[in-house]
Amino acid sequence: MTAALELTDLRLELSGRLLLGPLTLRIEPGEIVTLMGPSGCGKSSLLAFICGTLDPVFAGHGRISLGEQDIGGSPPEQRGIGILFQDDLLFPHMTVSENLAFAIPRKVRDRGERSRLIAVALEDAGLAGFAARDPATLSGGQRARVALLRTLLSHPRALLLDEPFNKLDAELRSSFSDLVFTHARLRRLPTLLVTHDPADARAAGGRIIPLREIGV
Amino acid sequence: MTTAVASAATSRWRRRDVLVLAPPLTLAICFLPIAGGLIGTILPAFGWLPALDARTLTLTPWRDLLAAPELAGSLWLTLTSGGLAAIATFLIAILFCAAAHGTSGFRRLHRWLTPLLAVPHAAMAIGLAFLLAPSGWIVRLLSPWATGTDLPPDYGIVHDPAGIGLTVGLIVKELPYLLFMILAALSQLHAERYLAAARSLGYGPVAAWFKVILPQIYPLIRLPIFAVLAFSLSVVDMALLLGPSTPPTLAVLLLRGFNDPDLTMRLSAAAGALLHLALVAAAILLWILGEQVCRRIFRAWLADGDRGGHGTTARLVGALPARIAFLLSAGALLALLFWTVAARWPFPAALPRVWTLDNWLHQMPLLAQPLLTSLGTGLAATGVALALTLACLENEQRRGLHPTQRLLWLLYLPLLLPQISFLFGVQVQLVWLDADGTWLAVAWSHLLFVLPYVFLSLEDPFRALDERYSRAALCLGASPARVFWRVKLPLLRRPVATAAAIGFAVSVAQYLPTLFAGGGRWPTLTTEAVALSATADRRVIAVAALLQALLPLLAFAAVGLLAPVRAWRGRSR
Repeated sequence: MTAALELTDLRLELSGRLLLGPLTLRIEPGEIVTLMGPSGCGKSSLLAFICGTLDPVFAGHGRISLGEQDIGGSPPEQRGIGILFQDDLLFPHMTVSENLAFAIPRKVRDRGERSRLIAVALEDAGLAGFAARDPATLSGGQRARVALLRTLLSHPRALLLDEPFNKLDAELRSSFSDLVFTHARLRRLPTLLVTHDPADARAAGGRIIPLREIGV
Repeated sequence: MTTAVASAATSRWRRRDVLVLAPPLTLAICFLPIAGGLIGTILPAFGWLPALDARTLTLTPWRDLLAAPELAGSLWLTLTSGGLAAIATFLIAILFCAAAHGTSGFRRLHRWLTPLLAVPHAAMAIGLAFLLAPSGWIVRLLSPWATGTDLPPDYGIVHDPAGIGLTVGLIVKELPYLLFMILAALSQLHAERYLAAARSLGYGPVAAWFKVILPQIYPLIRLPIFAVLAFSLSVVDMALLLGPSTPPTLAVLLLRGFNDPDLTMRLSAAAGALLHLALVAAAILLWILGEQVCRRIFRAWLADGDRGGHGTTARLVGALPARIAFLLSAGALLALLFWTVAARWPFPAALPRVWTLDNWLHQMPLLAQPLLTSLGTGLAATGVALALTLACLENEQRRGLHPTQRLLWLLYLPLLLPQISFLFGVQVQLVWLDADGTWLAVAWSHLLFVLPYVFLSLEDPFRALDERYSRAALCLGASPARVFWRVKLPLLRRPVATAAAIGFAVSVAQYLPTLFAGGGRWPTLTTEAVALSATADRRVIAVAALLQALLPLLAFAAVGLLAPVRAWRGRSR
């Protein structure tokens, strides 16, 4: 059961100066909204603010809620917001399966069940047999898919995409973005994509909000 | 095109490039003597020391060593105080980082660490003794309202038989070093990104740090940890100032043997020096074994999905030991300062009753010569170390060489070997060269320890410098030498200045090399402070110790670095 992600009057400030906002936005379950803007305009900081990992040099204001629940005051780990970054950030000291197991909630205690979830996820993503691999031995596209699986296995209630397609070459890019958007819709996750690339925005197929309209 | 011009320029230069001599020269000056020093310790350990007319290979030195009544106690004390100090330093450092990472105080941490790093061990140990002794500042601050007494209580943390004072001193002094190395590793890793990823997967801040950050930075701080372990097991000046004397730690016991009027004691002390080397090697092996065990234990924990709590309590408790250590070091320095300006400070007054500048005025003339020796030796050793380091790095870059992991181990070697295990052999070489007891010998013995630190602090910034600047300058027709002096060096002035300040601080802090190479003829502020500490007058000791601490602090201030220093072993800017 997922709820809408609602941002109300979101603003980012850097030493008292308004950097971005105000932004008010409601993203329905399964909807994908794209924020478009040039690099360095504070898009990533906006996502960090929604996640709760904003660098303390910035100040963020405004209400962030999932359904009825105001999550703006919660620590990042309790918000239930999954995020994919430009870098896959697979943990290099863990194998592929350990990276995925890292994300599976603790309430799934049975080890057999945990490995079954991993096997199913890898199978679905066309990565069967990769469980014991070191992430460093994977190709860029494979790593991106593992990163997506990792985020999905943590059962997020909303999904943020911080230019995750940027570092992939053109062909991988469209197949991977299709995979991400398919999963986002399938699981009815409210999804927010930030990008500077119009092609990504078109591929997302949802509302597109140019950042200059909300003030930069 | 750019590359073609650059390589043409490089090859034209290569033919008459004296820089190719830099690496062998550095090896000959700084690393061969260590090998020679080891040999010069091994031979006497088996009865071969022609200078004393000992020319038969025998196991007698070992029998004498093992028959020494203090040996067993000394070994046990060394292992417990040093081992405990290293383990505690490591745990306190990682607990603090896990607890404080991401807070605004953590961002400012390096500002506090730099002055603490600069203070020499001897000065810190003397200040701690002033703080922790039964009649020390802490008891004074608590008396009589809390302790209910006007007399110094009967406890011992300084010179105590179990070595608690020494252990505390080692932790307080080594913690800033290890934290600095961890900060460098964290910035190299860009740890914040991984932390954000782990937290968006539902992990609490402390659990995320231990599961995701620690395993990644550990390989980067492993050699510094070994250096802390080796140092804790073999330190001499801190053991003299804070450790017990019957029995003392192994290094102090050996120093007594090397200084004994009975010259044959030198042979068994040489055997002891080898035993000390074996002890440190065994401790490092034991640590590596511990790493394997921990890896086994914690591997499953990484992936079991345990998210940890919100970490509020863990954060408070985890940061506490490090905060106490910082407080102790600040208190130690303040205690030193107050004693230097105290005319009368009776127990249990919290502050001196009568203040004066006489201590400084009386002591300065007596300390002028040691001050000059410290200054001159530090400047000379640092200058040579900088020149050799820059020449090696420039040579490496011009010839397109790539450093290997072995180079790192080689650089760490002088920091991993107990000083006493090879300094006697160095002294033997100096006697053979008829150079012992000269100032040059002292400066050179300092260089052995200054060079690794200068190299380690400068290599990363030097290699990280964007080579397109050099290429651009070469294409503008500048010679490689001009590129070095006019482009690279100005761009690297901050890291170079930092490396110089670090090298100077390392030199000022040296105790054992000064003794062995100087033959007692070149007292420095460090040897004076340690020698004076045997006297009773805290005011006299305090002036020498504070002066010793001021010298490196001023060096850091002079290069404008008491403010943010990011370049200790990190990036170039």
